[in-house]
Amino acid sequence: MPDTALRVLIVDQNVVRASILEEGLREAGYRDVIVVRDMQNLLRRILDEEPDVILIDLENPNRDVLEQMCQVSRVVSRPVAMFVDKTDAGMIESAIEAGVGAYVVDGLRKERVKAIVDTTISRFRAFSRLRTELDETRQQLADRKVIDRAKGILMRERQIDEEQAYQLMRRTAMSENLRLSEVARSIITAQGLLRS
Amino acid sequence: MSVETEIAVGFLPLLDSALLVAAHEKGFARQQGLALRLHRETSWANIRDRVAVGHFEAAHMLGPMVVAESIGAGQLNVPLVAPVALGHGGNAITVSAAMWRDMRHEGADLGGNPASLAAALGRVIRKREQVRLAPPTFAMVFPFSCHNYQLRDWLVSGGIDPDAQARLVVLPPPLLVDALRSGQVDGFCVGEPWNSIAVEAGLGVIAAVASEVWPDPPEKVLGMRAEYARQNPQQVAALVRSVVHAAEWAGQSGNLPELAQLLAEPRYVGAPEAVLLRALQGRLRLARGHEPVSRPGFFRPDAGATVPELAHAHRFHECMLRWQQIQGSTDLESLALASFRPDLRSAALAAVTKHERQG
Repeated sequence: MPDTALRVLIVDQNVVRASILEEGLREAGYRDVIVVRDMQNLLRRILDEEPDVILIDLENPNRDVLEQMCQVSRVVSRPVAMFVDKTDAGMIESAIEAGVGAYVVDGLRKERVKAIVDTTISRFRAFSRLRTELDETRQQLADRKVIDRAKGILMRERQIDEEQAYQLMRRTAMSENLRLSEVARSIITAQGLLRS
Repeated sequence: MSVETEIAVGFLPLLDSALLVAAHEKGFARQQGLALRLHRETSWANIRDRVAVGHFEAAHMLGPMVVAESIGAGQLNVPLVAPVALGHGGNAITVSAAMWRDMRHEGADLGGNPASLAAALGRVIRKREQVRLAPPTFAMVFPFSCHNYQLRDWLVSGGIDPDAQARLVVLPPPLLVDALRSGQVDGFCVGEPWNSIAVEAGLGVIAAVASEVWPDPPEKVLGMRAEYARQNPQQVAALVRSVVHAAEWAGQSGNLPELAQLLAEPRYVGAPEAVLLRALQGRLRLARGHEPVSRPGFFRPDAGATVPELAHAHRFHECMLRWQQIQGSTDLESLALASFRPDLRSAALAAVTKHERQG
């Protein structure tokens, strides 16, 4: 059983990703989740909140700030360690690949923390997939606009209907081994040149 | 014509990434049959972890980080080795404009002897203690770093206890200038170009350079997993030669303008070319509005500064003991020494000499 009483602190400047992770942890039953977005005086903030687990995205240069918490010193009363189970190389690698680091109060047993790290890794991956899909959708939308414009040009210049204009572009793309959007861009460029 | 071997190498945007940039851009790596893929990273922790899990074959690494991971004092504690160093020096200690005003009241002179400046800082701190003001905060870049140890040694030289009379925190270089502006820190020890950037902004004054605190100071190394080095001796030798040949090139002062131009590119350090060139030439503007002064040996990218000396590993281990980052044991000391491999560097260079003799 995961220990849902643990206090989890998320350090992530990406608002969307932080929300996705926060939601994931709440769904898994963790009630005590804090998201930190302000990177000023990060160490002070963390020390004040006294979290049991800190999750930080690897694009964040503030990761090194957390490293000093791994030192037993007067700065930190509760030393932390990166990841829990150093022998679990698979988990460490998955986390780093997903782009997240986990710092855990030293002495917490690994079973208590594993569920948190697993949830974090899967949410980070989900976010990354989402980002890729979003980029692709944006690209497709942009391409469709270009193709529509090129179709309009062909219809006007060649006095053909929409379907014929589309088929003409498609055949050209296939014979020239180009993408449809590339052919469309060439048409728009060419028209611009001929007009000016 | 053999196929080039791809090698992923992580680095942080700092002046002392110079030899890796030169090895790649000036073709020294290609001559050794390597295609370097330089990956700019955002933290030392990322560098360490991505070397540990094998995303990077090698990386621009803090010398003490290699020792810490190898003796089990670090985080993942995957044994690392340094077969070649990436130059000497390059760090400086900067204090905020406000702290500098207080130090001047206590007799500090711009460009003066670092110990006397630290002593002036000590007088400022003791006066503040008398009126129960909090100790000043100084930043450095990583717990296991020359920056941490040089900052501590400088404070000690002024009679300051770095733990009791100052607060030492870790901050990443890109955030240091802002932290100085907001008063979050009173000073820091960092590699160039960050000191000069604070000076140019009128926010800080350089109080000392690393080579004044530690003569000919060791700094970054090329770090890699010990296991990788064992399994790929040819690649390691080729990497060592790439770096040493880059250093032979960078050691000629006539090549420094070109090196500064390369480093200034956004994908590498992304700082003003003039600032980088000054640092490469050992000239630093200590305060805004003043002419740059010469600090010979401030940063050495020459071939002589690429030896990962056992004396350096020994020194880092001593620093960790002294500042209670580790407990003493003879086993740890031998592990520390085993992580620096001047023998691998010598072997790589000897192999090429033999090859050249035969050819």
